[in-house]
Amino acid sequence: MNAEIIVVGAGIVGSACAHQFARRGLDVLVLDSQRGGATAVGMGHLVAMDDNPAELALSRYSIELWRQWAPSLDPDCAYRNCGTLWLAANREELQAAEHKRETLSAQGIACQMLDASALRQAEPMLRKGLLGALKVSGDSILYAPNAAHWLLAQGGARITRRQDQVSEVDGNRVRLADGRWLTAEAVVLAGGIHASELCPELPIRAKKGHLLITDRYPGRIQHQLVELGYAASAHANTGTSVAFNAQPRPTGQIFLGSSRQFDSLDPQVEGPVLARMLRRALDYLPELGKLNAIRSWTGFRAATPDSLPLLGEHPQQPGLWLAVGHEGLGVTTAPGSAQLLAAHLFKEPAAIDPSPYLPGRFLPVPRPTEHSA
Amino acid sequence: MNEDFDLLIIGAGPAGMAAALAAAPSGLRIGVIDDNPLPGGQIWRDGVHAHLPANARRHRAALAAAENIRLFSATRVVAIAGPQQLLLEDDERAWRAHYAKLILCTGARELLLPFPGWTLPGVTGAGGLQALIKGGVPVAGERLVIAGSGPLLLASAASAKQAGAKVLRIAEQAPPAALAAFALQLPRWPSKLLQALQLFDASYRSNSHVLAALGEERLEAVRLQQNGKLVEIPCKRLACGFGLLPNTHLGQALGCRIAGQAIAVDQWQACSLSDHYAAGECTGFGGSELALIEGAIAGHSAIGAQAKARALWPQRQHWQAFADRLGRSFALDPRLKQLAAADTLVCRCEDVSYGEIAGCSGWVDAKLHSRCGMGACQGRICGGATQFLFDWPTPTPRPPLSPARIESLLQLAEPDEAG
Repeated sequence: MNAEIIVVGAGIVGSACAHQFARRGLDVLVLDSQRGGATAVGMGHLVAMDDNPAELALSRYSIELWRQWAPSLDPDCAYRNCGTLWLAANREELQAAEHKRETLSAQGIACQMLDASALRQAEPMLRKGLLGALKVSGDSILYAPNAAHWLLAQGGARITRRQDQVSEVDGNRVRLADGRWLTAEAVVLAGGIHASELCPELPIRAKKGHLLITDRYPGRIQHQLVELGYAASAHANTGTSVAFNAQPRPTGQIFLGSSRQFDSLDPQVEGPVLARMLRRALDYLPELGKLNAIRSWTGFRAATPDSLPLLGEHPQQPGLWLAVGHEGLGVTTAPGSAQLLAAHLFKEPAAIDPSPYLPGRFLPVPRPTEHSA
Repeated sequence: MNEDFDLLIIGAGPAGMAAALAAAPSGLRIGVIDDNPLPGGQIWRDGVHAHLPANARRHRAALAAAENIRLFSATRVVAIAGPQQLLLEDDERAWRAHYAKLILCTGARELLLPFPGWTLPGVTGAGGLQALIKGGVPVAGERLVIAGSGPLLLASAASAKQAGAKVLRIAEQAPPAALAAFALQLPRWPSKLLQALQLFDASYRSNSHVLAALGEERLEAVRLQQNGKLVEIPCKRLACGFGLLPNTHLGQALGCRIAGQAIAVDQWQACSLSDHYAAGECTGFGGSELALIEGAIAGHSAIGAQAKARALWPQRQHWQAFADRLGRSFALDPRLKQLAAADTLVCRCEDVSYGEIAGCSGWVDAKLHSRCGMGACQGRICGGATQFLFDWPTPTPRPPLSPARIESLLQLAEPDEAG
């Protein structure tokens, strides 16, 4: 036995899992290939998403956990409770905002409608003519790479982090690049988009995204600004889509998203996609045009068919636990995901219903008598 | 908006100008893109107090006279917009330039190494000091120390003296034996010998390097390790020149092979990517004489004038030998890697100290956890320093290649979407 728990992947989800197990007194070995994943490149927007009840339950619960940790996070985690404004550009979107308000309020999430003039007052840089917005006050932002570091550091001596590439997983053991096998009570696979290399049967597709950040222009925007068409873009299953998403970084920089493309694993920034994304951003923030961009980059979201993560034991590989498929919401839902996984492992009641996230919905248990051809 | 060029040259320093002039007789449409307000590059930088050498004036005049050469000054390459297309930006507009052939003459920048106090006002690069003086910053009567390595120290001291500054010390880190060996070889390049004699300065000390810049609000004194002894010299300015780093950004982004720290070229100055050439400092340190020859070879090669290119090979070899000799004689002492203290800033854009990144596993790790290199310069300064300090490889460039207006990036859209 090389550790009680081995976690594969030191991104935000793997780190949250390691943190959770260490708090429960287990010794955790975290293996990371340092190739980088979604944690290194994402926006770090802690956002209550409500496209289905399970997504909302997990994000609501997780944001609450982040809020509890917020006072003790290191300053370099750059946690800011800036809130989200969901922007309505037309009547339909205004109705969608109202609907969202009802859904979130029903779950006890503080939110309020801003009319056009209140919105202008809150964010004067937005173009004229927007009809209003839903303000979700409890949403926040943080800098995920350092938040992942912080989570691992909280485990103290219980967490050992090692740079190593896992080449194979088999139930509760993993093989390293040098051929050695390591064994634990349980192996947690939290490798994001890289998890499919170890478990090709996982129903995970890469959704490529572009991001761009400006030079420092302090005070131009105050909230994370997202268009209400965002969900439609976020859940499209084919083609390339863009949606306006802007974040005020504590540095004064403006951080812009978002784009989605399927089945590309090429990390190159694609000019046409970037340009489409920026044109969308200019639709909302026309003055952005004169601001200097200093960097753009891409990343890959690990998306499942129903946009919910896989949290639980691999039905075909006892001892292997999955914490993957968080798509663009991994930073938000990492704490809740880790809690659910720990509840499974310790056979405790979970804080929210764990069934929507069970891997069995995509990975059936093979009947012992059945052999594949 | 689009523009088509048969030959596009990036950079209007000696290499770029020589390349354009060598290619001009072809009658092809030639574009020269340069980010400075006036052509000349770093070495022939113009300004209110600049004294341009005759050769620089001749090149500028010839460039202006050639009808098929268009110079775009104060223009930056923002991104690669497609195959053989660059997105350009000046202060007013952004546009795409299509080219059949490209010559990279992107020059070099100063290697700035961190040491305690290096960010104090009054501390600059050695080339930076020259640029300030040419730009009209008055230094008359100012007490000044120059430190680092190589002939740029002497050239910088000469500019300062000409502008009326008092050069108190020129601290060269190379040991006396290396300098003596270099001096013995100098007669092979008579013009350089003459230059060295003209530039010689009594305040020159070998085996000496900077330890710290001292001062509260701005520089007040410099602490040097001078031949094994500690000395402190009160002064108003310190100019440090630790050598030059080839600007390989655009070449790398295009996919040209990089060898060592420079763009790799063959005997025709051709890059690994077909129809792309490179010349001058971006292909490795060489000085303006070598840059002029390389630029001309690249210009001739690009228009198919192979015989003319070949005729210049012996000259290139002559000046390449000088550059190689310089590189060996003024190789940086590894002790210079130890100058920074834990609280010495490495990344000035984001205020990241040496202590914050010293334990990191590499550039990406340092960047992710400390913000090192994430500011406006995108690691141009600190990336060079960390390469020297920790042997971290240079990061892959991503658009924009230099800070660019968001509206300029809209031009990267598919043609029917650009609007």
